[in-house]
Amino acid sequence: MELFTPDFGLIFWMFVAFGVLFLVLWKFAWPMILKGVDNRADLIDKGVEYAQAAKEQLDNARQEAESYLNDARRQQADILRDADKMKTQIIEQARVAAQAEAQKVMDSAKLQIQQQQKEAQQQFRNQVSEFAIQIAGKIVQNQMKQDQAQDRLVNSMLDEIEKNNK
Amino acid sequence: MTRIRLIILTLLIAIGSSAAFATEDGGEGAQKKINPKEIIFEHLGDGYGWEVPFDHHHRIPLPIIVFGTDGLHCFSSARVTDGQTYTDGNCQFRIAGADSDHKGKIVEIVDGKESRPIDLSITKNVCALFITIIIVAGLLIWLGRFLKNHPNKAPRKGLGAIEVCVTFVYDGVVKPILGPQAKRFAPYLLTVFFFILVMNLMGLIVIFPGGANLTGNIAVTLVLSICTFLVTNIFANKHYWKEIFWPDVPLWLKVPIPIMPVIEIFGMFTKPAALTVRLFANMMGGHMIVITLTLLIFIFSAINPVAGGASTVISLIFSIFMLLIDVLVSFIQAYVFTMLSAIFIGIAQEGEHEKHEAEAKHEIGKEIVDTLV
Repeated sequence: MELFTPDFGLIFWMFVAFGVLFLVLWKFAWPMILKGVDNRADLIDKGVEYAQAAKEQLDNARQEAESYLNDARRQQADILRDADKMKTQIIEQARVAAQAEAQKVMDSAKLQIQQQQKEAQQQFRNQVSEFAIQIAGKIVQNQMKQDQAQDRLVNSMLDEIEKNNK
Repeated sequence: MTRIRLIILTLLIAIGSSAAFATEDGGEGAQKKINPKEIIFEHLGDGYGWEVPFDHHHRIPLPIIVFGTDGLHCFSSARVTDGQTYTDGNCQFRIAGADSDHKGKIVEIVDGKESRPIDLSITKNVCALFITIIIVAGLLIWLGRFLKNHPNKAPRKGLGAIEVCVTFVYDGVVKPILGPQAKRFAPYLLTVFFFILVMNLMGLIVIFPGGANLTGNIAVTLVLSICTFLVTNIFANKHYWKEIFWPDVPLWLKVPIPIMPVIEIFGMFTKPAALTVRLFANMMGGHMIVITLTLLIFIFSAINPVAGGASTVISLIFSIFMLLIDVLVSFIQAYVFTMLSAIFIGIAQEGEHEKHEAEAKHEIGKEIVDTLV
């Protein structure tokens, strides 16, 4: 039967055709297709890996951020506390300084007042003594107008001197 | 509902038209009785021209290339249709008649006797082969270019379908069976797969660019399995040859009379032979069933027009069913051929420690084939 006896012509052409097809595909199709398919599979695998890693990183980052936030909060509290302390300290210092300044001012004022008092007293005394001398002069002038009185005074004074020399 | 109505309507039209054809043929067939065997073998076999739909007398002429007694002759098959004798130079050619030994083949007439020249004609099958090659090469180069130009982008639609087939065979057959050697043999196996697949599918298309019963022709499957045989044995490793000439069996089985080596060498050839026959028989069987079912219409019509009409419906339904199954079988056969080739190549590649694994794979392969076929 014809069906079971392979025809030489067809075998020949089949060899040629299959050979040509194989060579053509081997050169122009399979390298690109297999490379493309493999590369894409690799890419997808890598993509999945990358996504997993990214997710992990994201989780880590979230934790890290949380811890940073906590740190920051703690630092903030510390700073606030420090600032508070410093504030009271500064106020204290300022008050002390102000007190000292005030004391100084007061001391100098007191000193000045005393000096002025002294000066005033001095002046007052001087004036008083001046007045006294003037008054005394006037009194003496009045008394001296009477000779008796002058003699008596001289006598009394001499008596006094004698008493003293004795 | 509308769909069902549409289907029924289509069927009725089909019945009417085929009945009309049947009666027409019956008119002619009154003189010329239907010979189913001849029709079947004409459709399954090769030819020097290609049938045109709805016309039994005209064929697309194809070139005839023969080496006659005085060298190369090349002429159109239109010159030798209907038993005409064509004289080219000093040689006379004609297509041998039904009573000849070379029935349906081109013969040279030397001294009044028919002798068969070396025939390299572009017959229907060869032409279909070329069309298949152009389609396969075109599709795969297209896919290759796409993947080269758009790295890391998955093709969609048609190209996506081709790529699915590629990955189906590459990841599903070649890689698991050949392992690290996969990349080396993938081009061959994938070429075989797509070549057979497209040949099978083209064979199912009834009119011009298809319709040639290529994979149902033993010459085609023979060449394919010879290729697998060559690849298997050329790239075989030392262990494979040791297993053939000095297998691991008791000494008496190989020393005085080399029983086992003989069996093993025999086995080397039975593998490709099985490949040849499996693909050939499956595809030819599918074609034959469809043609037979179609022929039933004409056979019954010749007996009785009513029976013809009834058988039209049944035949139509069954041949559509068979054609659909053949689409599946086309794919399965291409897949099975590729898988068995991969297994044979894989056996010739594996070393001592992988022997059992390879055998297991081989067994699995055989089982799958047995269940499918």
